[in-house]
Amino acid sequence: MSISSIAFSNEIRKAVLKMVFEANASHIGGALSMTDLLAVLYSEILNINPKNPLDESRDRFLLSKGHACTGLYAALALKGFFDLKELDSYSKNGSMLLSHTNHKAPGVELSTGSLGHALPVACGIALAAKRKNKAFKTYCLLSDGELDEGSNWEAILFAPQHRLNNLIAIVDYNKIQSFGLVKEVLDLDPLNRKFESFNWNVIEIDGHNHDQIFEAFGKAKANLIKPSVIIAHTVKGKGVDFMENKLLWHYKSPSLEQYRQALEQLNSQ
Amino acid sequence: MRTAFINQLVEEARKDEKVFLIVGDLGFSVVEPFANAFPERFLNAGVAEQNMTGIAAGLAMEGYTVFTYSIANFPTLRCIEQIRYDICYHNLNVKIVSVGGGYAYASLGASHHATEEIGMLRTIPNLIVSAPGDPIEAKAITRLLVKDKRPSYIRLGKAGEPIVHSGINNFTIGDGLCLHKGDQTAILTTGAMLKYASDFIQNNKLNFGLYSFPFIKPMDAIMLKQISQSYQKIITLEEHQRSAGFGSAVLECLHDLIEQKKINSIPYVKRIAIPDKFISVAGSQDHLRNLSGLILNTHN
Repeated sequence: MSISSIAFSNEIRKAVLKMVFEANASHIGGALSMTDLLAVLYSEILNINPKNPLDESRDRFLLSKGHACTGLYAALALKGFFDLKELDSYSKNGSMLLSHTNHKAPGVELSTGSLGHALPVACGIALAAKRKNKAFKTYCLLSDGELDEGSNWEAILFAPQHRLNNLIAIVDYNKIQSFGLVKEVLDLDPLNRKFESFNWNVIEIDGHNHDQIFEAFGKAKANLIKPSVIIAHTVKGKGVDFMENKLLWHYKSPSLEQYRQALEQLNSQ
Repeated sequence: MRTAFINQLVEEARKDEKVFLIVGDLGFSVVEPFANAFPERFLNAGVAEQNMTGIAAGLAMEGYTVFTYSIANFPTLRCIEQIRYDICYHNLNVKIVSVGGGYAYASLGASHHATEEIGMLRTIPNLIVSAPGDPIEAKAITRLLVKDKRPSYIRLGKAGEPIVHSGINNFTIGDGLCLHKGDQTAILTTGAMLKYASDFIQNNKLNFGLYSFPFIKPMDAIMLKQISQSYQKIITLEEHQRSAGFGSAVLECLHDLIEQKKINSIPYVKRIAIPDKFISVAGSQDHLRNLSGLILNTHN
């Protein structure tokens, strides 16, 4: 189970690195921090069909931290939602692969980029599923920094009220936001108790441990009463040692030498 | 107007099981007929308009025709980014309904004066922007928009606006409505100023043309072309700031007609709108309209 998702996560990381390097783009740190979560989701959890991306019975996955889109694009391309060669067009003139998640790409449910948007939409989708007695689940992956947005807390208040047990939020808690450490900007701790007090089913894990990630989704799906949140403790820039836990890699694109160095590290993992 | 809207929505919901209504904890003594008849297609999202609008987008993605309903600036300005990005960028089937357009909630203060939203909303791609002039228009627009899949906005008055039209025929999205033709001057209104303009012409026994433009976007360019060729003077009248509102949209459309060589000249256009100010005193809707200079006189 985990062996394949670990290999998948490594493929995602390499694709992310290549996209960001070739486009001279930003946000690699936040893409690498959520990669293991995406890898488990897309290899083990989501009920999706690359040949029929809009299958009505599919699980819905919404990436709220749209700036980390390279991770999602890589996962989708590797799963066969679109040609892997499309990744080479990332952020280039005319590409559907904008540097914030774009729903024009097959497999992307919702365009995001402005933070605090996807969880309310996910609530709407989950509510529709309940009202129509549909069995699919709705997943929404958020950053920690975007929990500053009030709209998220409106949604966090809403979901338990309407018993959206078919909604699973995941927080990529890498502890670094745009301009500093989360605890120094707007401290979220104790994040678990905040969600618990809002009446969510809270599961807290190491967001790079594939066994824990897999088990967390199982527990979330098994809860028949409450919406679930998986608080995934992660490392910004995970997988490339000189990018790990560095705010700089929210912005910086690797030089050729850094690219080669990072690729070498990923190839040896 | 709001009663005409909700009654029509109930009627449409009986025929179309996709119609869904979300309110932002408002609509007491108005929306209950819908909520009681269709509890599975009704939601009170609470006092949380950003979430309400995001939820509407999610429900629309799953096939519902979603109406969001609140008052004044709450379903529009408060959540303008959700409207722009979640609804309009994804071109979703959500209809935003605001009750209390203009100074309808006069004494409730500037927080409740919806006097800028048309300008903000009409710049957003994919969004239809409407402001019915009386209950007949409100009913007709509701019926049209239920059948249309595009995102749209409806600015309603509140309760008790008088009926101006005797009836509307062959009405479709984007249509302007001619109430009566005139000689040299035409008054063009949008929203609830229609009744005032109609009374003004009648009371002063003027031979003015009167046109209601319930759609600010798309603008009825064919009707504007006919008006520009038939009158020497156009007066636009709206309960909205002067910049970016209905009068501005009329000027833009006339200019486009010139540029496209569909007309040769533009008549004199006088815009009556709110002159870039807030009102910070109490008063009736008419009192506030007067303070903002939303007044027709025979010298206009």
